[in-house]
Amino acid sequence: MANRPMLEVVALEKRFGTTTVLKKIDLKVSQGELVFVIGPSGSGKSTMLRCCNRLEEPTSGDIIVNGRNIMAGTRRDLDRMRLQIGMVFQGFHLYPHMSVLKNVTLAQRKALKRSKAEADARAMDMLEQVGLAHKADAYPGELSGGQQQRVAIARSLALDPKVMLFDEPTSALDPELVGSVLKVMKDLKSKGMTMVVVSHEMGFARETADRVIFMDGGVVVEEGTPDELFGNPKADRTRAFLSRVSG
Amino acid sequence: MDRFLETFLNPVVMAQYTPDIIAGIWVTLQIAAAVIVAGILAGLALACLRSYGVKTLNFFIICYADIFRALPPLVVILILYFGFPSIGIQLSGPMVLFLVLAATLAAFAEEIFWAGFSSVEKGQWEAGIATGLGFTRTLTYVALPQAVRLAIPPLVNRVLAITKMTALGSAIGVSEILSSATTAQSFSGSATPLTMSVAAYLVIFLPMVVFARWLESRTAWKKR
Amino acid sequence: MDIFIDQFFNIDIMRQSLPLMMSGLWMTLKLCSAVILLGLIGGLFVALGNMSERRWLRWISIAYTDLFRALPPLVLLIFIYAGLPFAGVNISPFYAVVIAFLLNNSSYYAEVYRAGLISVAKGQWEAAQSTGLSTVQTLAHVVLPQAIRNVLPDLLSNTVEVVKLTSLASVISLSELLYNAGMARSVTYNASPLVLAALIYLVLLWPLVRLVSHFQRRLAA
Repeated sequence: MANRPMLEVVALEKRFGTTTVLKKIDLKVSQGELVFVIGPSGSGKSTMLRCCNRLEEPTSGDIIVNGRNIMAGTRRDLDRMRLQIGMVFQGFHLYPHMSVLKNVTLAQRKALKRSKAEADARAMDMLEQVGLAHKADAYPGELSGGQQQRVAIARSLALDPKVMLFDEPTSALDPELVGSVLKVMKDLKSKGMTMVVVSHEMGFARETADRVIFMDGGVVVEEGTPDELFGNPKADRTRAFLSRVSG
Repeated sequence: MDRFLETFLNPVVMAQYTPDIIAGIWVTLQIAAAVIVAGILAGLALACLRSYGVKTLNFFIICYADIFRALPPLVVILILYFGFPSIGIQLSGPMVLFLVLAATLAAFAEEIFWAGFSSVEKGQWEAGIATGLGFTRTLTYVALPQAVRLAIPPLVNRVLAITKMTALGSAIGVSEILSSATTAQSFSGSATPLTMSVAAYLVIFLPMVVFARWLESRTAWKKR
Repeated sequence: MDIFIDQFFNIDIMRQSLPLMMSGLWMTLKLCSAVILLGLIGGLFVALGNMSERRWLRWISIAYTDLFRALPPLVLLIFIYAGLPFAGVNISPFYAVVIAFLLNNSSYYAEVYRAGLISVAKGQWEAAQSTGLSTVQTLAHVVLPQAIRNVLPDLLSNTVEVVKLTSLASVISLSELLYNAGMARSVTYNASPLVLAALIYLVLLWPLVRLVSHFQRRLAA
C-alpha cells in the first residue's frame, strides 16, 4: 500500500452562525485505505465528510485531493475535482425521472464528455459490479432501497473517482437489505479504492476498516486500528459512546 | 427629466383629479368585497352539494365550473351588458361586473374546495359516520374544516386575480379606478391620472400579494 | 324563447360574421403564442433570480413578481398603450399587448417555476453536484425536468389564463377575436357574434381546463 495521502484534510473549521461544528480537524487518508468515522449524532462527522467535496462550504482550512487543493480555483475547477471524489448519500438521491442506466451515464456524458457508447459500456460494467446489470432499464421507484443505493454507488464509480465518501450509506435501509450494500463496499475495498465511511455498522468497521476515527463535539477524540479502538479505547468519551451503541 | 415629471407626476393635475380617483377606489372596493363574499360562498355551497354525489346534479356543477373557468370574463361581461337589453333584461354596469366576476370566482372556488374535500382521507369520513354523526354533520364538522384549511392558499391567489378584474368595468362604463383615470386623462391631456391609478391599485393589491406570499411560505414550511 | 334564440344564437348572423371571427382568432393565436413563449422563458429567469444566492438579485425578482402580480393586467396595458406616448414612446397595439402581458405573465409563471424548484429535494442538487455536473447542467438535466413535472397542472392552468387574458386586447382596439366579435355585434345589433366568440374560446380552452382537473386529481391521489 503506497503511503502518499490521497485525501488530506488540514485545519478544517466549520461554523454555522455562532456555533462551531468542526474545530481544526486534521485527517490523512492514504491510497487504498478505508477510514471509518464514528461518533454520536451532532458530532460533526457528516459535516466533515460533506466538506470534503464542498457540498458544505468550510469556514477555513484546506482539502487536498490527490495532491490538489480543492479550496483553491474557480467553480469550474471544483466541478472537475468533484469528478475525482465519489459520494454516496444516506438517501440515495437517484434521479427519479431517469432510468437506472441514464442515472449512471448522465455525468459521464455531460461532465466527462464521454461518448454514448463509451458511457453505456462503462455503466453496464459498473452495474455488473454491484449486481444490478439486469435492472438497467428500470426506474429508481421500482427498486428496493438496497438496490437504489447500489445504483448510486455505481453512478459514482463510473466516473473513476480517486476517493469514495460514504455518508451513512445503510442508515435508511431495512436491516435485511444492509448486507448487499456492505458487500459491494467490501469488494470495492479489496480492489484498492480509497474510502471514507461515516456509519454505525460497527461489525463492518471491525472487519474491513484500516483505521477508525471517533469524533465528538467537532473534534477527533481518538483514532486507531479497529482492534485498538474497539478493544481498548483510551478516552472516556469513546468508552461511553461504545458502551452505549453496543447496548 | 422635468418633462417626464410634468407628464407623469404633475402636481396640479394630481390635486385636481384626486377626488375622482378616490371615488373610483371606493367603487372598486365595494364591488370587490361583494364579489369576494358572493363568489366564495357560492363556490363553497357548490362544492358541498357536489360531495353528496348526486350524479345529474354533479354533471351540471362540473359543467358550470368548467365553462366559467374557460371563458374570458370580458366576453361574458359584453354579452350580459350589450346582449341582454335586447331580450328585455336591463342590467347596470356595476351589476353586470359583479355578477360575472362572482360567477367566475364561484367556479374556481368550487374546484378549489372540491380538491380540498377530495384530499380529506376516506378514514375521516368513515370515523365521522361510524360515530353516528351522519353525512351532513360529518361534512360540516369533520371534512369542511380540513378542506378549508387546504383551500386557503390557492383561494387567496384566485381571489386576488379576480378582484383585480374589477378593472374590466372600465370597458362598460363602471366608474371604478381605471375608468376614472382614463376619463381624467382625456380631459387633462396628461398621463398623470394613469400614474395615479397605478399607485391606487398598488396600494390596494400589494398588501394582498405580500399576504398571499406569506401564507404560501407558511404552508410550505408545514409540509416539510 | 324565439327572441332569445334570435338575439343570441342567430345562425345567419353567426355565419355572416365567421370570416371576421376567423381573422380575429388568427390574431388571438398569434398573441397567445408570443405571450406564452416569452412568458415561459422570462418567468424561468425571474424564478432563477428568486432562488439565487445573491441577495440583490433575489430582492429584484421578488419586487418584480409582486409588483406585476399586484397590478391588474388591463391597467398595465392602458398605462403602456395610452401613457407611454406622453413620454414620446409610440407603440403599436400588438406590441403594447405583448409587453404588458409579458410583464404580468412572467410573474405568474415565475411563481409556478419557483414552487416547482422548491419541490425538488435538496439531495438531487447535491447528488448531481457531487458527480461534477455544473450548476447549469444540474438545472437542465436533473432539477428542471422534475420541477416542471411537479407543477405541470399549474403551468397549464396559467396558460389557460394567458389565453383568456388576450381578450383584453380588444379594449385598445387590437382586432383579435373579442374585438372583432364586438364589431360584428355593433354592426348587426345582435349579440350572436359575441356568443360565437364565447363558443370559440370554449372549444379552445375547455379541453385544457379538463386536463388541469385531471392532472390535479392524479397528483392528489
